[in-house]
Order: sequence, then C-alpha cells, then structure tokens
Amino acid sequence: MHQFLFLLFGAFCVGGAINLLLQKKTINSALSLIVVMGSLALIYLLLGAEFVAVVQVIIYAGAIMVLYVFVIMLLNAGKEEEVQGSHVAKIFGIPGLFAGGIIGIWVLLQHRPDDKLLPIGAMYGPADKVGELLFTKYLLAFEVTSILVLIAIMGAVVLTRRSRS
Amino acid sequence: MIPISWYLLLSAFLFACGVTGFLTKRNIITLFMSIELMLNGVNLSFIAFATRLQTLDGHIFVFFVMVVAAAEAAVGLAIIISVYRTRETLNVDRVNLLKL
Amino acid sequence: MTITLPFWQPWLIPILPLIGALLNGLFGRKLPQKLVSGIALFFTGASFLVALAHAWVLVSSPYAMLETKYGTWITVGQFHADFALLVDHLSLIMMLVVTGVGFLIHVYAVAYMEHEGGYYRFFTYLNLFMFFMLVLVLANNYLLMFVGWEGVGLASYLLIGFYFRKDSAANAGKKAFITNRVGDFGFLIALFLLIQQFGTLRYTQVNDILTHFGTEQHAGILTAIGLLMLVGACGKSAQIPLYVWLPDAMEGPTPVSALIHAATMVTAGVYMVARSNAVFTRAPLALLAVAIIGTLTSFFAATIGITQTDIKRVLAYSTISQLGYMFMAAGVAAYSAAVFHLMTHAFFKALLFLGAGSVIHGISGEQDMRKMGGLRKYMPWTFGVMFVATLAIAGIPPLAGFWSKDEILWQAFSSPFGSKIFWAVGAVTAFMTSFYMFRLLFMTFFGEYRGAKDAGHDASHDAAHARDSHHGTPHESPWMMLSPLVLLAVLSIFGGLVGIGNRFEHFLDPVIQKVEEPHTSNLESVLAMAAEPKTEEHENKGLETALMGLSVAIAFAGLALAWFLYIARPELPAKIAASVHGLYELVLHKYWVDELYSAVLITPLLWFSRVVLWHTVDQKGIDGLVNESAVAARDVSAVVRQQQSGLVRSYAGWIAAGAAVVVAYMVWMGTR
Repeated sequence: MHQFLFLLFGAFCVGGAINLLLQKKTINSALSLIVVMGSLALIYLLLGAEFVAVVQVIIYAGAIMVLYVFVIMLLNAGKEEEVQGSHVAKIFGIPGLFAGGIIGIWVLLQHRPDDKLLPIGAMYGPADKVGELLFTKYLLAFEVTSILVLIAIMGAVVLTRRSRS
Repeated sequence: MIPISWYLLLSAFLFACGVTGFLTKRNIITLFMSIELMLNGVNLSFIAFATRLQTLDGHIFVFFVMVVAAAEAAVGLAIIISVYRTRETLNVDRVNLLKL
Repeated sequence: MTITLPFWQPWLIPILPLIGALLNGLFGRKLPQKLVSGIALFFTGASFLVALAHAWVLVSSPYAMLETKYGTWITVGQFHADFALLVDHLSLIMMLVVTGVGFLIHVYAVAYMEHEGGYYRFFTYLNLFMFFMLVLVLANNYLLMFVGWEGVGLASYLLIGFYFRKDSAANAGKKAFITNRVGDFGFLIALFLLIQQFGTLRYTQVNDILTHFGTEQHAGILTAIGLLMLVGACGKSAQIPLYVWLPDAMEGPTPVSALIHAATMVTAGVYMVARSNAVFTRAPLALLAVAIIGTLTSFFAATIGITQTDIKRVLAYSTISQLGYMFMAAGVAAYSAAVFHLMTHAFFKALLFLGAGSVIHGISGEQDMRKMGGLRKYMPWTFGVMFVATLAIAGIPPLAGFWSKDEILWQAFSSPFGSKIFWAVGAVTAFMTSFYMFRLLFMTFFGEYRGAKDAGHDASHDAAHARDSHHGTPHESPWMMLSPLVLLAVLSIFGGLVGIGNRFEHFLDPVIQKVEEPHTSNLESVLAMAAEPKTEEHENKGLETALMGLSVAIAFAGLALAWFLYIARPELPAKIAASVHGLYELVLHKYWVDELYSAVLITPLLWFSRVVLWHTVDQKGIDGLVNESAVAARDVSAVVRQQQSGLVRSYAGWIAAGAAVVVAYMVWMGTR
C-alpha cells in the first residue's frame, strides 16, 4: 500500500517534471509545476511531515505558483520559444542521462536491512512540535527571515514601479 | 515501508530536471520555474532524512527554504517585469547588453 | 722625519696646469683668444719654473728622493694607496722634459692654432694633458700612476679627435683610445698581481720587498707581472702589436702630435718600464720579451717609414721606431740609456713635428711630400732647424741623438742581457732612420717646388691655413712659431752632452736596482746559438769606440744614399719601387696590418655585437621576454575573458559547473 501510494505520487512528480521541460507554452509549464508540488505535498504526508505538507500546499502551490501564473498572464508570455539545441548540453547531457540512469538502477537494487522508514499513518512532524522548535532553537533565523520577506516585498514594489518621467 | 533510497532517487530526479531546465530553457519565467523545481527536489531530500534520523530540524529547514523561495520568486518576477518593459522580450539570450 | 728644505711644494707642478685647464674649460668660451692663450701659457710656464726649482732643490740636497703625502685615497684591509708624489732623479728628468718641452709647444700652438675653431677647447685639453702626464710621472704608487696613465689616454683621444667634424679624426681618436685600453687591461692585471703578491703598490715598498727576491730563471710571478706591464707599455708607447693607433693619430693638430705623440705620452711606457726596473731585472724572460719587441718594432716601423709620402706619417713611424730603440735599451737592462734617449728624442722629435707643422702652415695645408720641394729658399729658418733635427735623429755627432743612440747600441751589444743580434738589427735600423729622415729633408726642402702655386684646397687637416690671406707662394712662419723651434734646436745640439762619460747613468743610479745574481737569459742562450766567448769587459773602451765609429759611418751612409736617390738621381726611386713592386706595395700599405686587424679582430667583434648580442640577446631575448610576457598575458586574459560573456545562459552553465564541483568535493570529503 505504502509503496503503491508512493509510486503513484512519484509518477505524478516525474511526469510533471518532464512535462515542464517539454512544454512550449509557459503557462503549461507552470501548471505542470503545480502538479509536481501537489504530488510532493502528498509524499510529505507519506513521510509523516504534516506541517510541511500543508505549508507546501498553501505557500508553494498556493502563493508562489499563483504569482507565477499572474506574471505569465500579465506579460502575455505564451509566446512560442525557439529551441536550438546547445552542443554542450548534448555532449554532457546524454552521457549524463545514461550515467544517472545506471546509478539509479544500481541504487534501487541495493538491499539494506535498516533502510526502511515509517509505516503509513505514523505522523512524525506535528505542527506543535515543529512550532516549538521554530520558536526556540531557530528563533533568530525566524526573525531574520521575516525581515527578509519584508525586504523582498519592498524590492518587488520598487522594481515594478513605472518611473514617472 | 519504503527504503529511503527511493525518496532520494526521486529527489535527485527532480533536481536533475530542474538543472536541465535551468541550463536549456530560453524563456526567463521557465528558467525560474526550473529553479523552483530544484528547490522542491531538495526539500524532499530534507524531509526524508529528517524522518530517517528522527529529528525535526529537517522540517524547519524546509520551512525556511520555502520562505526564501517565496522571497526570491517575488523579487525575481519583479525583475522579469522590469526587463520585459525595457527589452520587450522574454528571451534570455536577448538580454545581452553586457556582451562584448 | 721632518725635512727642512727652502721650498718644497711638488703638488704645484701638476695642479698648475689643472687650474689652467679648468679656467679655460669653464670660462674660455667667453674669453678673448689672447686671454685664453695667456692663461694656458702662464700656468704651463709656471709649472715649468716650479719644476725647475724643485729639481734644483733636490739635486743640491743630500737626498736622492723625496715623497710627499697629501692624503689617503684607498684603505682596504692591508692595502692602501695614497695621493702622494715622489720626486726622485727619474721623475725629475721626466717632469722637466714634460714641462719644458710642453711649454715650448704651447708657445708654438698659440700661433699655429690662431685661426682654428675651438681655440679655448684646444688649450683646455692641452693643459689637462699636462696635468695627467705630470701625475703619471710624479706619482709614488702604481695606482696614481694609472690615474695619470688613463688620463693621458683620455686627453690623447680628445686631442686626436679635435677636428671632431671629420670622420677620420673621430675614428682615429676612437682607435687610439681603444688600442690604449687593450694595453691598459694588461697593465691592470699586472697591478692586481702586484697587490696580490706584495700587498702594496708604492714603488719604494715594492722595491724593498723585491730585494729579497732572486732572479727568476723560469717563468714565475715576476715574469708574469713584467709581461703584463709590457702589454700596457706596448699600448701606450705604440709597440708591436698595439702601435696601429699612432699613425692615424696624425689626424690631430700638429702641436698635439709633437707633444703627445712624440715627446711625452708615448714615453710613458718607457718610464713605466724604467720605474719597474726591479721587477724586470729579476725576470729575464720578460726583459727578453721587451727587447725583442722593441727591436722588432724599430726595424718594422723604419721599413714602413721609407715608403710613406705624408710628412707627418713619416715622423709617426719614426717615433714608433725610436720608441722601439728605447724599449730595446730597457730590454737589455740599460734603463738609463733608455731614459737618456727618451730625453733627447723629446727634443728632436718635437722639433721635427713642429717644423713639419711650420712647413704645412707655410704651404697652406699640404702634407704630401711629393708636392713639396725646394722650400729651402722660402722658409730658411724652418729649413735650418729641420736640418739640425735631422742630423740629431740620424745620429751624427756631436748632436744629442748620436750620444743616446750610440749608448743604446753599445748596451745592446755588450750588456749581459744583450746580444749581437740586437745590435745588428739596431744598426740596420739606424741606417734606415738616417736614410728616410734625409729623404724627408731632401724631398721637402731641395729640388724644385712641385706644389700648386695657388694652393687653395683645404682637403687636409690644417684646413684653416687655406683661409689665410697669404696662400699661394710658400712663406715662412711667424716668429712665435719659430722661437720654440730655435730653442729646441739648441737643445738638440747640446742636450746630449750630459750623457758624456756616463754622467747620465750615474745620475739615475739611485733609481735602478742592482741585482747581484748570475743572469743567464739572453737572446743567444734562448736561440741556442754557438756563443762566442763572452767577454765580461763591459768597459772595453776600444770596442766601444770602434762601434761608435761604425754608428757614425752608418749615419753618413744613410745620408749618402738619400742624397743619391733624391737629389742626384731623382728618377731612380720610382724605378726601384717598380722593380720590387710586390715588396714595395706590401711596405707601402704598412704590411696590411690594419686590414689584418680589421678582418681578424674587429669585423668578428662587430659581427658578434650586432648579430649575437644585439639581434639575438637584446631584441629577441630581452625584448622578446618583455613583449612576449605581455602578449602571453593578453592571450591568457582573452581566454579567461570568455567566461564573462554577457550571456545569461553561459553564466547559468558556469554556476551549474561550479556547484557540481562543490558537491563532488563534499561527497568526496564525506566518504573519507
């Protein structure tokens, strides 16, 4: 069961990622990315990270990707793009692909006894525990990150202002 | 029970796709989206290890990665809009004023 | 020890001309000509008077020599050299000759150079030369002598190249200086050996140390020093193989030729050998080398002198030949005879040069004897003094040259270091000397005048004389030029009498070290000839008188032959020259020595300088190094610059590559 769920959502991820690369229209790529993120959230749940899964959906898929879609539509970036293969990519990429595949298969075939993870349903990362950690051990990072976000907002506003000339 | 290596492989695959898109694509927005894909792959890796090592620090890290990704997306898209306004193109090869 | 003398300031002797040189050099450009010459004459004359005073004081004092120190110059470890002057009998003679003859030549030059450009420059250099020459003869150590040695070389270069706008003059100056330098190199090595062996360069100390040395039978350190000093002397005194500069030095004005290349500078080599007699007498092989070179040179130069047609060239080769005599004398350890001949030669050679200058002046710059002739009626005074000088140099008694030359020939014959071969060659050379000198006299002053009557050409060196208003017929020189000539003629007549009865030799006794060791090296033992029973009777008066008579006969024979060939049958010389055409051409072109040097030494050296050092080392090597490093920097940066392409995607590629490297590193660290 566990494996089946993993394989299902894993397939969604893989398919979405490959689709992102193959699509010519940008909006389609964005939508594939949303699929990837959703599948990932579900996989997080499989791993027991409930807080992170929810945050993934809300923020990543719900805010960031929405922002991307807004910009795509704003800029009317649905234009076709010319694809010209790069020589370097071909030289490094194709052997790399093969190498990666071989390594992957080799890893899969490994059998290690202590390799198993959680059973399904065992939630490991409850929100309160995460929050506790966040506000004690990583408090400074948390505060700094909030400032970072503030700066990002200001930056975004400033950069997109039309200069009045 | 799934071996951790499966999660890691998936993470590696997502990351590789992200890198490929980053190096290959010509549309700036698609470029950024490949970056997001890379980050997601890494997040998966973090969570997997956190569960494996029975520590919650991985979740915290993922949280911060997401925050940073958000900030980066905001600012990056703002820059893209500025570039589009001046150069009238989203083709990254045309943004080459620094080329000799 | 304190010496109480009425007046003893020997530093004045060299410094007075130096002051004259400085005054003329710094201010002469703005001074009127009369003042310039006045300054030059005053300081030179004053120097002569001071020298005379010092000579008188020394001779009437109980001392044979006096050293005066004026300050320390170099002190290194055990070695030190000072600014100090030594006045002894040898330097006394030298300084009197230098200042006396020098003063007379200055007087002559005042009138001779009157219409030349660069008047003040000439007298500056001339006074400078006097200064250096006096330093040379008055120094008390070899190092200070070397200062003077180099200084006279410099003055010679400046004066030979006085007409610097002429290529030939400039080249002659360079040739003189460079050839001198080759000799100086040998001299320097000798100095280094002296320092190494004796730790000092002071004459008195070196001589003291040498008294503990015996005579070297085989080549040893003293022979090395002697031979190296000989090299230096050959450069300065124009002996084989470094004589080539002296004929070319005739490019300089005639007073320069008289002073420097006849009377004083070229005698520096002889002086140096005489001063180092302690070294040479103990190194018979070196002494032999001196004698051989001297004899060979005197013969060689005399043969060339027979064929030359430029009046100054004949005198130049004559100088070389007479210097050869002096070296021959020194080479048989007859140092006082050498110095005696030095003194008399200064008189009559200066007279000959100045007289030649007077002739040249009188016929508006012509120097080729074939265009002279019959000048006796136009220039009676000049003829008179030249006749006296010719008698002197030919060795006809009772003039000065006879006494000194005969002394040399006698010593060559009878000295323990001498040999009959030296005497024989010397006698033949004396014959040739008499012959070519009378040839010069007859071609110049007798017969019909062969020159152009309206000579206005200025192709020769004393060019300004063509600008004189009185060109055309030959004329006599002004009294200012004639009076030094007359004085020198008087000295040529009576100057030799000081040598009668070995008085001169005894005068120089304190300077010459006697080495009481059996000496075996002489020419005969080296050539392994069957030696005639060597009679040890140096004082065999009969033999001496016989040889004396023989010398006189030889001199008259030369005169007779010259008379025959140039007055009685003037068409004969050309026929003789035609019949021995090859030999004549060889001698006329000075045995092609200059051409030989040029081909063997100079051309390869220049080739080496140009091709190897200039093109290869300098242009390709050093310039190449610098330029290539710049080019390499540019090429490397051109490659590196590719990375900053301005293309976003290539930046992306580089980022990815860098990230891959970092990750790989971390993985590798993790697995260690």
